[in-house]
Amino acid sequence: MRAAFVRGLTAAARQDPRIMLLTSDLGFKIFDPFAGEFPGRFLNVGVAESNMIGVAAGLALSGMRPFAYSIAPFATLRCLEQVRNDVCYHEAAVTIVGVGGGYSYGPNGPTHHSLEDIAVMRSLPNLTVLCPGDPVEVEQAVGAAAKLGSPVYLRIGRAGDPAVHRGPVRFEIGRALTVREGRDCTLVSTGNTLPLAVEISDCLRADAIFCRVLSMHTVKPLDEAALRVCSEETRALFTIEEHSRIGGLGSAIAEWSAMNRVPGPLCLFGAEDRFASTTGSQAFLRALNGLTVDKVAGSIAAKLAGAGSC
Amino acid sequence: MLQARARAVRARVLRMAHDGKTPHVASALSCVDLLVALYFSVLRIDPANPGDPGRDRLLLSKGHGCMAQYGALAERGFFPEPVLDEYARDGGRLAEHPGPQCVPGIEAATGSLGHGLPIGAGMALAAKLRAASYRVFVVLSDGECYEGSVWEAALFAPAHHLEGLTAIVDYNGWSAMDRTPPAMDPLAEKWRAFGWSVREIDGHDIEAIASVLGAAPFEPGRPSAVIARTVKGKGVSFMENDLEWHYRPPTDDDLRRALLEISG
Repeated sequence: MRAAFVRGLTAAARQDPRIMLLTSDLGFKIFDPFAGEFPGRFLNVGVAESNMIGVAAGLALSGMRPFAYSIAPFATLRCLEQVRNDVCYHEAAVTIVGVGGGYSYGPNGPTHHSLEDIAVMRSLPNLTVLCPGDPVEVEQAVGAAAKLGSPVYLRIGRAGDPAVHRGPVRFEIGRALTVREGRDCTLVSTGNTLPLAVEISDCLRADAIFCRVLSMHTVKPLDEAALRVCSEETRALFTIEEHSRIGGLGSAIAEWSAMNRVPGPLCLFGAEDRFASTTGSQAFLRALNGLTVDKVAGSIAAKLAGAGSC
Repeated sequence: MLQARARAVRARVLRMAHDGKTPHVASALSCVDLLVALYFSVLRIDPANPGDPGRDRLLLSKGHGCMAQYGALAERGFFPEPVLDEYARDGGRLAEHPGPQCVPGIEAATGSLGHGLPIGAGMALAAKLRAASYRVFVVLSDGECYEGSVWEAALFAPAHHLEGLTAIVDYNGWSAMDRTPPAMDPLAEKWRAFGWSVREIDGHDIEAIASVLGAAPFEPGRPSAVIARTVKGKGVSFMENDLEWHYRPPTDDDLRRALLEISG
């Protein structure tokens, strides 16, 4: 997704001279296409995330459209108050880019995992939270964020995330994309679990369970209209994300569901409320948290059969 | 002339603290002379056109001193005097720490310390990128210099040759619970070591402040820093160097006595 981000940003920067890219010393070589084309609009601010976000806010308050990039926990938690006060409170047109959502930086350990960022960021007023599901969505999300003119958190994966969409999609902030049709249940995914969600749907199909898949690339504002339709047309809602089950997409939908007295079950698939106790790859850590095709498909089938709890 | 302005602003600060029953009166009095020199002599600003893209910017990073800023902005004509009555009132525009664009002349919301200098650096960077000639002044407190983000920006600004940026430390020697520690000194040397062009001044000598700040940038290619020696509570004898006045709102009697002193 990193490469897609740089492609999308470079294309957007050709249209909009206000766009800038700041990094807090991360992204060795990957920004070369952008920096080569727009040398004056690329800045490595050094390992100082708080300053980066403050500087980005000052740039935005002076008419620029900065993107501020770092590994997700550093771009969000390290400088959270700058994000809240300098960016969100001022409604400054800054896009904070967190690379490596979830377990993307698996073997780097829990300091580099990002399992709380959605929870924290979606609680901030004025902030739009985007978690595109594959490189195609990332590329288009960048352009949408640049056009929005208000604060955005853009959470992306790392490298090697497979494409789900075969070509450009109609990416609109706040409008979920239906990736698989189905009438039995809906699996709502955000961010880099989208390929997994599609695999789960394909697996269930073998058992004649038709699972709709939504890419809820915008966690805030949530596409309530799409959720309403899915809750009416399918028997159960499931959510999946590479994020803590506390406060993420699943929580957001649970809040919506409770407030709107939505009938039918809702089950959340996501990371356990704990730091990874052992080292491992993204795939390994997903498996530790039950985020595999077999586990999730099995749970969904059991739930629809009236057995099993979430 | 500037002294008369400063007296008027001090009177407003005292009335706001009294009427609003708020703390931080001594912090505001500490930076009145700095702000008066800036708003009345140094800054290229037009109260009738507060959004002019070419205007100089002033950020009060020590946002708790904002009574001085509100008072100076009113005195300079950015908004009518009665707006000051909204300070710390239910439904009013003027909080105890300034909100974004709460009134014309407020360039950034502050209140949590350590935020103003990075924002100011971003504004100065934007000026440089667009070859605009406006300057950015950021007023910090010495207690604020505990914050790591101050030094992140202190490292950043010289690295990017932000000569349009001037940091002014209102160095009154006090933080909220104590004197600032001896390790804060030599403060000028710290800024100098980071690559800033530094001047040390008496933060209550308005003419000197105006003259020094008016000359910023001091050196081409470098940001400027001014260490202004100040007195917390300046101008009211019983408030000077007494931390009680970081917290206590003035009573009716306090206000009467204080107003007598500053008109003195």
